[in-house]
Amino acid sequence: MLLISCPYCGARPELEFTHAGQAHLARAREPAAVGAQDWADFLYMRDNTRGVHAERWRHTHGCGRFFNALRDTTSDHFVATYRVGEPPPQGAA
Amino acid sequence: MTQAFRSADRGRVDRTRPLRFSFDGRSYEGLSGDSLASALLANGVHLMGRSFKYHRPRGVLAAGAEEPSALVSVRRDAARYTPNLRATQVELYDGLEAHSQNRWPSLSFDVGAISDLLSPLFPAGFYYKTFMWPRGGWKALYEPCIRAAAGLGRAPREVDPDRYANRYAHCDVLVVGGGPAGLAAALAAADRGARVMLCDEQAQLGGSLLAEASGDPTDAWLARSIESLRAHARVTLLSRTTAFGYFPHNLIALNQRLTDHLENPRAGQTRERCWQVRARQVVLATGAIERPLVFPGNDRPGIMLAAAARSFLNRYAVVPGTRAVVIAACDEAYRAAIELHQAGVAIAMIGDVRARADGDWPEAARRAGLPVQTHTTVLGTEGRLRIKAARLLRLDTERRPIGAIQSHACDLLLMSGGFTPSVHLHSQSRGKLAWDQRVQGFIPAQAAERVRSAGSCRGVFSLAAAIEDGADAGSSAAGDAAACTTAFPAAPDSSRAAPDGAMAGYAGALPQPQAAPGSKAFVDWQNDVTTRDLALALREGFVSIEHIKRYTTAGMATDQGKTSNLNALGFVSQRLDKAIAEVGLTTFRMPYTPVTFGSFAGFARGELFDPVRTTPIHEWAVQHGAVFEDVALWKRARHFPQDGEDLHAAVARECRAVRGGCGIFDASTLGKIEVVGRDAVTFMNRMYANAWTSLAVGRCRYGVLLREDGFVLDDGVVARTAEDRFHVTTTTGGAPRVLALMEDYLQTEWPELQVWLTSTTEQWAVIALQGPNSRRVLQYLVQDVDLSAAAMPHMSVARGAICGVPALVFRVSFTGELGFEVNVPADYALAVWAAIYEAGAAHGITAYGTEAMHVLRAEKGYIIIGQETDGTATADDVGLGWAVSKLKPDFVGKRSLARLAMSAPDRRQLVGLLTSDPQLVLEEGAQVMLSSGQRPPARPIGHVTSSYYSATRERSIALAMVAGGRSRVGQTLCVAATSGDVPVQVTSPVFFDPEGKRLDG
Amino acid sequence: MVDLSALRRPPIIAASPMLRLQPPAARHILRAAPAVLEAAGEALGLSLSMPVCRASIAATRAALWLGPDERLLLGEASSAIETARRLQQALQQQPHSLVDVSHRQVAFAITGPQAATVLAAGCPLDLDPGAFPVGMCTRTVLAKAEIVLWRRADDGFHLEVWRSFAAYVSGVLAEAARDLADT
Repeated sequence: MLLISCPYCGARPELEFTHAGQAHLARAREPAAVGAQDWADFLYMRDNTRGVHAERWRHTHGCGRFFNALRDTTSDHFVATYRVGEPPPQGAA
Repeated sequence: MTQAFRSADRGRVDRTRPLRFSFDGRSYEGLSGDSLASALLANGVHLMGRSFKYHRPRGVLAAGAEEPSALVSVRRDAARYTPNLRATQVELYDGLEAHSQNRWPSLSFDVGAISDLLSPLFPAGFYYKTFMWPRGGWKALYEPCIRAAAGLGRAPREVDPDRYANRYAHCDVLVVGGGPAGLAAALAAADRGARVMLCDEQAQLGGSLLAEASGDPTDAWLARSIESLRAHARVTLLSRTTAFGYFPHNLIALNQRLTDHLENPRAGQTRERCWQVRARQVVLATGAIERPLVFPGNDRPGIMLAAAARSFLNRYAVVPGTRAVVIAACDEAYRAAIELHQAGVAIAMIGDVRARADGDWPEAARRAGLPVQTHTTVLGTEGRLRIKAARLLRLDTERRPIGAIQSHACDLLLMSGGFTPSVHLHSQSRGKLAWDQRVQGFIPAQAAERVRSAGSCRGVFSLAAAIEDGADAGSSAAGDAAACTTAFPAAPDSSRAAPDGAMAGYAGALPQPQAAPGSKAFVDWQNDVTTRDLALALREGFVSIEHIKRYTTAGMATDQGKTSNLNALGFVSQRLDKAIAEVGLTTFRMPYTPVTFGSFAGFARGELFDPVRTTPIHEWAVQHGAVFEDVALWKRARHFPQDGEDLHAAVARECRAVRGGCGIFDASTLGKIEVVGRDAVTFMNRMYANAWTSLAVGRCRYGVLLREDGFVLDDGVVARTAEDRFHVTTTTGGAPRVLALMEDYLQTEWPELQVWLTSTTEQWAVIALQGPNSRRVLQYLVQDVDLSAAAMPHMSVARGAICGVPALVFRVSFTGELGFEVNVPADYALAVWAAIYEAGAAHGITAYGTEAMHVLRAEKGYIIIGQETDGTATADDVGLGWAVSKLKPDFVGKRSLARLAMSAPDRRQLVGLLTSDPQLVLEEGAQVMLSSGQRPPARPIGHVTSSYYSATRERSIALAMVAGGRSRVGQTLCVAATSGDVPVQVTSPVFFDPEGKRLDG
Repeated sequence: MVDLSALRRPPIIAASPMLRLQPPAARHILRAAPAVLEAAGEALGLSLSMPVCRASIAATRAALWLGPDERLLLGEASSAIETARRLQQALQQQPHSLVDVSHRQVAFAITGPQAATVLAAGCPLDLDPGAFPVGMCTRTVLAKAEIVLWRRADDGFHLEVWRSFAAYVSGVLAEAARDLADT
């Protein structure tokens, strides 16, 4: 069970969290203007990173906030967690 | 005479407390402090089990957790029957009843032993090479026979009557292992103020010190250490507790055994407790395990590890034989020989595998007059149920015999191939291992977690060095824990004591001058893997150690290869002429020793397996004979049978009551979300496919929620209760998912919206009244609500009261009848329900359950999410195209609806199906075919999603998703049923009141 | 006309020495931006700008931090309407969401020197007073149920749980208390 640092509440056990997929995939402001291939990529194509991966978590059974995390997929160690809207920490990846 | 092999003066057993126990029905006497193995040995019983594959007679090899052979079952009663326990770890209690395993009819005469003679037929991988014919033979014949013949103890069939517990714990420093290094680590960490937990698998703390003769100077140190630890308020000591799994971020799973050692556990006493410990820092002090030597016939009863013999003698006061041959590849064997000699055992020969033996212990052995020879190998042993003799030969470095073959009579053979550091947990934590030449073993290298190893598990063997190493590790762990470094992992600590070669030894098979056909030199005792199997794997071209392991099953038994892995590696390295470090090592996996299922389950069984959610009206339903079904975690009343009605009759009666009068239904489990804020309508417009701007306060709309990929996720009635407030309902199972999806968009895509969500699922209980009489039932109960058709048309909502209780009253229908849903705060629901039911008596009010609800809605062609939809249906597919706004520029899922495939003409669409036989109810999930009699592979064009007998129509009805279904209305298709193909006519999915006139009562 | 308003009937939960179901209470979820929360606190006479995962108490009211924009307001059962009135008056045009959840959940008091150990049977948080001090509150889990846990004293916790999970939570804690006797 991972120990995840919620940017609001601090380190908490994984049981309180829900994984929410890859991070930094913004929904287009005008989806209608997005081409078919780009939209399909947005819906279905995801990175399969070996190493530091930007992903989303939600502290579902805690403060309820979604946030972003950089996790090394080879070791499960978190490099950083940061709030929605914030850029990934400098030099973290 | 009992306990003939009990030493008079040694050991840590309590001679004042004799205990009776039985093994295979025969009664014996042991002492308090004995293990089952030691008690049997004290009575001269060495034969304790039969091996897995060849049914060879086996004794006890080791004295601890690594024991591969002496597996027994312990029985308290029919349900409390625990198989596959290591006799070395079973603590003796008065009345203990143990049984041997894998033998028939008896341990000393086992018919299965024929497989030993037939062993040439069972080489490594024989499963893959034989039993290939006939094709069906494997499942029907071979596998059942093999499973019956092979294997270990039998599990009881009864429900486990014991209680198990879970506990989470947190500490600064967790020390695994209560031997000298672990105790020193715990003390050092505690002295620095750390919150410390120490666990050890044995009943007593002390680890290797328990195998020292009592009165040894280490006794005082041990007692003092335990006393100081007990005095620390922030130290938790757990004995009989195995750290069996190492999980990410320093979460360690411990299995604590609380009653297995007790003669009379209290009724209901917790048997085992599973701890999940989150430690800031971990110190592994898990010790080292002695390696057996690999030579022909090395598995007979009476052959054991030298350290095991010391443990039996010094801890358990057992003299394990009368005349011993000692085979040494490590000085530790000499210690055993000297101590056994002092205890009266004749030492026939100490044969050292090495070319030189000039350490302190070999010199002491020579001074004591014990016969010692170097350059020794073992050609074989004799004896069936107990070793009788060993044949030794001296070989020079070119493997040329020196002198003649010696045959030494003996009833005990001790061997010491050196010590393998127990790196299991370090490896489980994904830490790296490195081959250490001095240790002749793998020791922990770069850690992947905040963990350090101390003592002999990292190759620091001498007692003083191990204690110092432990203290260093404990102190630095406490320091790091206090500093609360967030960086993973800990840097390797190079300043500490260096590993030493004191316990190095030998890995692989002892040299043989020539092949000895028919003899078996065991590498893995528990899985019966011999050098011959490994050699065969190599001959067949396996070179990766991972492949060799799986092909031969070496190291894959329940003991996880504790005594065999390094010898298997050594053998492969000898044959491939590659260094062991190059051959590599297989991965260690949890659990370190087997753990009961009960421990994993803890209290999550029976009523506490999952939360059982009930509505505030549940009690009434119970009192009125409801039969319940599980919907998500909820118990919902499925039907209310009366006077012996079956499901069919009850549902038909309930349906007729709704259509003909009034039905009352508990809809409290519906998910409810309060969407509030000045941007609430904007949010609803972006979230749902429907248009919301035009929805007036006081009105409701059926809402359809899509995923971003355009497929239907959920549905429900949405009421606008104020300009800035929506009361959104969701399906029962979909509530958490919908709320999470809404929060996701709100927090991450549209954070600028001033709108907030709150779940009110359990705030409101929902009492549905459906049927032409429902207004009549309600009208005199409500206050401040005008239920008239003019004031309250279909799809409207009003705030008021019922029976003096605040209420939110909806006029909605999921049955096609005039209907209301009364929402009241949950604590009032039971009383309000009862009042409505009483008032409804005059109007034929009938409680109905989910099954009638399903039939009634199917008659109207109303879909159920997850029944008609399966994650690949669009709103249009299920006939809800009308609900999807064409005008809104964007909402979740809209862009995807423009994808080509979403409007393909052959998409499966919702239709009705009618069978020609009105009594025949189709099976839900059945495939719809174009025509009858198709041969595989026939391509279905649809599937039945809902199918019921409709009391209203007095015939069966079904809903189905059929390719291009709406254009097929009128066609005859075919449904594949268990009983044969059934012709069906495609119809509209609305079977009743297609004009919707009944909504107005 | 019958008046059932006096017949408030919380879930029936078996009591145990360590675990007591609390009487009905008024509960609201208030969600808003920090500045609005501050104004709301002034109207109620207690701070809603508390640190993360902390509760504030004033007289018969308490407010629990559940998230950066979310507070659970607790008061005596009879105060629900008054709380809503005061907040509506104070906040008027300021964007916020106030939802009555008085019946959504129930509360337990868990008291005694072993309270933290009992909770540790199902709650994965470190409940040592150093890590979870008096006044701390948070949403978390107890085995398979979501709860809100608030430490009111060294040996006393207040636990809020959705009503349909109350029997489960009570069952888990009773089982945990039984295990305690076997330590």
